[in-house]
Amino acid sequence: MDCIEKENPQKKEERKPDTDRIRLEIGSLSKNEEFARVVIAVFMSRMNPTLEEIDDVKTAVSEAVTNAVIHGYRQHPGTIYIEAAITGQELTIIVTDHGTGIGDLKKAMEPMYTSDNSGERSGMGFSFMEAFMDQLEVESQIGKGTTVRMKKRIGG
Amino acid sequence: MSQSKFSYEAKGAVLVIHLPKELDHHNCLDLKYETDLLLAENYVSRIVFDFSNTEFMDSSGIGVLLNRYKQMAGSGGSVAIYGVGAQVHRILNVGGLARLMPCFETKEAALAVSCAV
Repeated sequence: MDCIEKENPQKKEERKPDTDRIRLEIGSLSKNEEFARVVIAVFMSRMNPTLEEIDDVKTAVSEAVTNAVIHGYRQHPGTIYIEAAITGQELTIIVTDHGTGIGDLKKAMEPMYTSDNSGERSGMGFSFMEAFMDQLEVESQIGKGTTVRMKKRIGG
Repeated sequence: MSQSKFSYEAKGAVLVIHLPKELDHHNCLDLKYETDLLLAENYVSRIVFDFSNTEFMDSSGIGVLLNRYKQMAGSGGSVAIYGVGAQVHRILNVGGLARLMPCFETKEAALAVSCAV
């Protein structure tokens, strides 16, 4: 049987992958921390991630959302905005709060530093986001809030 | 008041704390209050954390473990853990706790060592 594949001249030039995105608004409640990381885990599952990659992203999302609940809104009601986008093999996650903002960002991002005085916080939130994602950017303004942007390449 | 996510078991001077499926900020909220109460009322020289049901932990978990470690170290006691899965293992390593707390495969092993101490 003749089955030689011929190059199809009609075939269009391969397009750049489309961006797939979701946007989530959640109340600033500690019980929503789990909800947020599970939603992101389900969203990223279409990238065929390894279990380890899913765990890494879940941890980073958990840290960012927990920061918004504890520090951004200081346990008061507020809305946390989470955006996730997939472009090719790259996952981007943006977590925004319109809370108190961070005065000294450099200090806040130091490992083991926490402004919390209950003794129960490890001060490792930003370190974990850095450790488990490829890229981390934080923008913050006193009285306006904080935006955390994280990126990770999934699948090599 | 919601039901506690933790269950506690006393074995002599050893307090075993069974941890929930997800050890995050939300689920850690009751732990400080409850363990402070238990430590005030009982003589405890070692805390053993049971991770066998825990599938997820973040830095909030590191915070409570570290605080219990400091509490025990302050009174000459110790802390150990057992039943750690893959995700928790990575978090313990990145959080630098793996070298502070001996990690055992089983509860029996964690308890056996604590008896010998």
